Amino acid sequence: MTSQLAPEPAKARRTPTRPGDRVFFGISFGAALVILLTLAGVAIFLTAEGIPGVTASADQVKSGLSFPAYVGPLVYGTLLAAVIALVLAVPVAIGVALFISHFSPRRLSSVFGYVIDLLAAVPSVVYGAWGIIFLAPTIVPFYRWLYDNLGFIPLFAGPPSATGSTILTAGIVLAIMVLPIVTAICREIFLQTPRLHQEAALALGATRWEMVRMAVFPYARSGIVSASMLGLGRALGETMAVAMVLSPALVVTPNLISSTNPNTIASNIALSFPEASGLTVNALIASGLVLFVITFAVNFAARAIVDRRKDFSGAN
Amino acid sequence: MTTTDPRPQRDRDAEELLSSLRGNTLPLWAPRVVVGIAATVAVLGALSSLGVVRGVLLGWLLTFALPIWSRVVEGPRKATDRLVTLLVYSAFSLALIPLGSIIWTVFSRGLSVMSAEFLTYSMRNVVGEGGGIYHAIMGTLLITGAATVISVPIGLFTAIYIVEYGDGNRVSKGIRFLVDVMTGIPSIVAGLFAYALFVLFFGEGVRMGIGGSVALAVLMIPVVVRSSEEMLKLVPNELREASLALGVPQWRTIAKVVVPTALAGIVTGVTLAIARVIGETAPLLIIAGATDSTNFNLFDGRMATLPVFAYTSIRFPGVPPEFSIDRGWGAALTLLVIVMLLNLVARLVSFFFSPKGER
Amino acid sequence: MNRTTLRVAAPAALALTLALGLSACGASNEGGSDSGSDSSLSGTLNGAGASSQEAAVDAWTAAFQTANSDVTVNYDPAGSGAGREQFIAGGVDFAGSDAYLDDDELAQAKERCNGPVVEVPTYVSPIAVIYNLDGVDDLQLSPATIGGIFEGKITKWDDAAIKADNPDATLPDTDITPVHRSDDSGTTKNFTAYLDAASGGSWTGGEVETWPIKGGEAAQGTSGVVQSVANGSGTIGYADESQAGDLDKAKVKVGTEYTEVTPEAAAKVLDTAKQVEGRDATDIALDIDRKTEESGVYPIVLVSYMIGCESYDDAAKADLVKGWLEYVTSEEGQKEAADKAGSAPLTSEFSGKVAEAVKSIKAAS
Repeated sequence: MTSQLAPEPAKARRTPTRPGDRVFFGISFGAALVILLTLAGVAIFLTAEGIPGVTASADQVKSGLSFPAYVGPLVYGTLLAAVIALVLAVPVAIGVALFISHFSPRRLSSVFGYVIDLLAAVPSVVYGAWGIIFLAPTIVPFYRWLYDNLGFIPLFAGPPSATGSTILTAGIVLAIMVLPIVTAICREIFLQTPRLHQEAALALGATRWEMVRMAVFPYARSGIVSASMLGLGRALGETMAVAMVLSPALVVTPNLISSTNPNTIASNIALSFPEASGLTVNALIASGLVLFVITFAVNFAARAIVDRRKDFSGAN
Repeated sequence: MTTTDPRPQRDRDAEELLSSLRGNTLPLWAPRVVVGIAATVAVLGALSSLGVVRGVLLGWLLTFALPIWSRVVEGPRKATDRLVTLLVYSAFSLALIPLGSIIWTVFSRGLSVMSAEFLTYSMRNVVGEGGGIYHAIMGTLLITGAATVISVPIGLFTAIYIVEYGDGNRVSKGIRFLVDVMTGIPSIVAGLFAYALFVLFFGEGVRMGIGGSVALAVLMIPVVVRSSEEMLKLVPNELREASLALGVPQWRTIAKVVVPTALAGIVTGVTLAIARVIGETAPLLIIAGATDSTNFNLFDGRMATLPVFAYTSIRFPGVPPEFSIDRGWGAALTLLVIVMLLNLVARLVSFFFSPKGER
Repeated sequence: MNRTTLRVAAPAALALTLALGLSACGASNEGGSDSGSDSSLSGTLNGAGASSQEAAVDAWTAAFQTANSDVTVNYDPAGSGAGREQFIAGGVDFAGSDAYLDDDELAQAKERCNGPVVEVPTYVSPIAVIYNLDGVDDLQLSPATIGGIFEGKITKWDDAAIKADNPDATLPDTDITPVHRSDDSGTTKNFTAYLDAASGGSWTGGEVETWPIKGGEAAQGTSGVVQSVANGSGTIGYADESQAGDLDKAKVKVGTEYTEVTPEAAAKVLDTAKQVEGRDATDIALDIDRKTEESGVYPIVLVSYMIGCESYDDAAKADLVKGWLEYVTSEEGQKEAADKAGSAPLTSEFSGKVAEAVKSIKAAS
């Protein structure tokens, strides 16, 4: 039934004509519609509940700040943590994916793949608990070293945190969390590269790296960006792990290793929501809307990049 | 030279020609020796006053001798290849460090409470020592299972629409974009949304397991769509065209050719999606609530889940706190083991069901 | 039909079937109702609110369910704000809250209840000032010094103000790292309320739930603060006394002497507290006298309430709430919480008033 709602597909061979095709098309399009409805539901919910929070005056909310002043540092913190996570995770993830797909001994590669997938199996609460009881105390000497040797860079201006609960620690935890997601997708894509291209490159005398550079990467580029975006989505929205690890304040600072860190939106919601009431709840939901919009913008940019490069990618 | 070599001149010429074509190469044992030396230095460094971190770093830096050596003997192309190989191996080892550390932390803290009683008892009427997580295991399996049942058909069919029917038209681009946006829904917002949705039907204060499933499904669907979409796109067009050319209807082509070809990747994607949501705490805290008793009914009443149980046990321990915190780690360990098993099952499924090809 | 979809769904379906199959047998310790209790109470009681009460509620729930085996009590430690809101919206039967209902909320709650609200203090817990400083284990602090430390004005352990409070101690010149809660909490609210009232101006942040000062270390939850204080050196923080573990706890100056933090000293605060005026007899909201100079009283306490209605439409529900609150505020219940959650039991003088309020709960006629 829903097929009537669909616009006529462009190419003749794709036009569903047989009954089976019509039903199958209907189911597929229906599924897509469900996503549309869900998203519309979330958006309506966020907007309807959020707008009173945006328009509330400073003295009506607990923070005592106008909404832009309140959400600004949170946006900064969210982006900072996510960027740290991606900068750390994506190169490693590509390396790990290449290791599994092309460099490791063939017989062991699926075992290695499974091992990395285990990282994705760790629940975020465990990451948070691990971050605060193991990573943070362990990494304190490193922060002190950064402060002593690289303190002239604003990023490491210190004074270094005594407990290690910094935005850099949170970023590292996030990086570990997104690593398996990015790795798994990159790996599948690397494995799907046409075997003939790879063999042709090798036959022409290319080294393994040259083969990867010339036959695998061009084919996988859109997939890598896509995988990174998926990772970014998780890093932007991660709630509990950040809330448990970070020592936050409402500030904007480039300093990565002090105990005064910008908070992220999701973590702030988790920390403030239970004790919130009235318009403060609306302000928190509005900050959720802001997070939503940020992801929207990031994805928009990513899509634009992928689409522009499509001509060069190997995917027909 | 000529006096000692008994072979005819022709053979010697051929060898010379070959080696000039092949160029100089490092002996086969070169990487092993370099890595061996580096490892020895790392271990010695770790045991000496340098400490573990500096020792390992020093050892790692030493391995770069291999590409440098290769640069001298083999030339830049081979050296780059060796450098990249080294970096790729390093990346993998680096990823193993946190994994090992986390697994060690969870096992060393969680194993002490593990027992038959722990897995078969609930927390009803338990204060202090004892009790178990049976209620939370059941809750997690039911809620995540229902979330999977909701999101896999929706996610897979949406991916099929985007790749097979949409073919880059505006609607499919729009839906793909919306899926991207959906990946950005923070888990806590998904929980609030599910709560608001269920309040519409059941009134204020509603708590039921299926609400948790809906919240998790909201988080799961975009992951399923994105990974399935990538996998479907990688199915060579030649396969589709061959099938269609034989007169097979498109839906049968999709069901019999396209999806089976991509199945391994799809299953990996679904497993990842489950792993992504099974540990979610925030949304379940809001909509599924928590209880000390076992509840098998998804559609009525609060349900305990492992992540929520682990979170509350570690965050709000009683007095003395040790018992509760131990139980929390035990729950985390159980959750980890469940997902490991799930991963294993998915791998077996994709191994046995995907078409036997070059992989 | 698309068989491949089935194959993909198979593991999930398998897990589900497995779970449902297992559902035939419940948890081994849930025997059902044959444990021979002769209680007339049955049903499910749902509550939500302050996470500070969680440990105590766990203890009460276990004892109450044991005595009444057909009863299930669920408590959601969602936070005081969430608890009050859910109670007003009718989502839960009772709420736990670290603060009494304000006037707006009270009006809404009365509307929900179609009548008076029952609001009784159930959980009193001292908030300890915990610190971790090598070589110092009997720190004494005046309110003004505590305010200065948490404000970030006093930054060294050998500051003159701290020396004045501890004439006999040898204080190192280590930096002070104050640790506070990163999440909004009733503990922070009660602690800042104390500083606001008693510090004599050295604390300027007011009485708030969200930590108002930038700087210092922040950690999530009581357990997070305790952990941060324990892991650092030269750290100082505030946390529920029962959760402070082995950490050193500072004595706090009250009047002219320094009082040690104990549940008994905290319970005495209730006797000096004033009941908020102009409320129903069943609404025992307390304003604590933070500036008290009475000796032996420890003024940094968290008082947490349970909030219910005086009348419920459902008679069984009314009995259940009444039975629950009677148990919670009884001497036995308070002792249970003191043992299992380290709270300060209500003094006998005070619990009479509370019992009176609870007794009034009834089914709506």
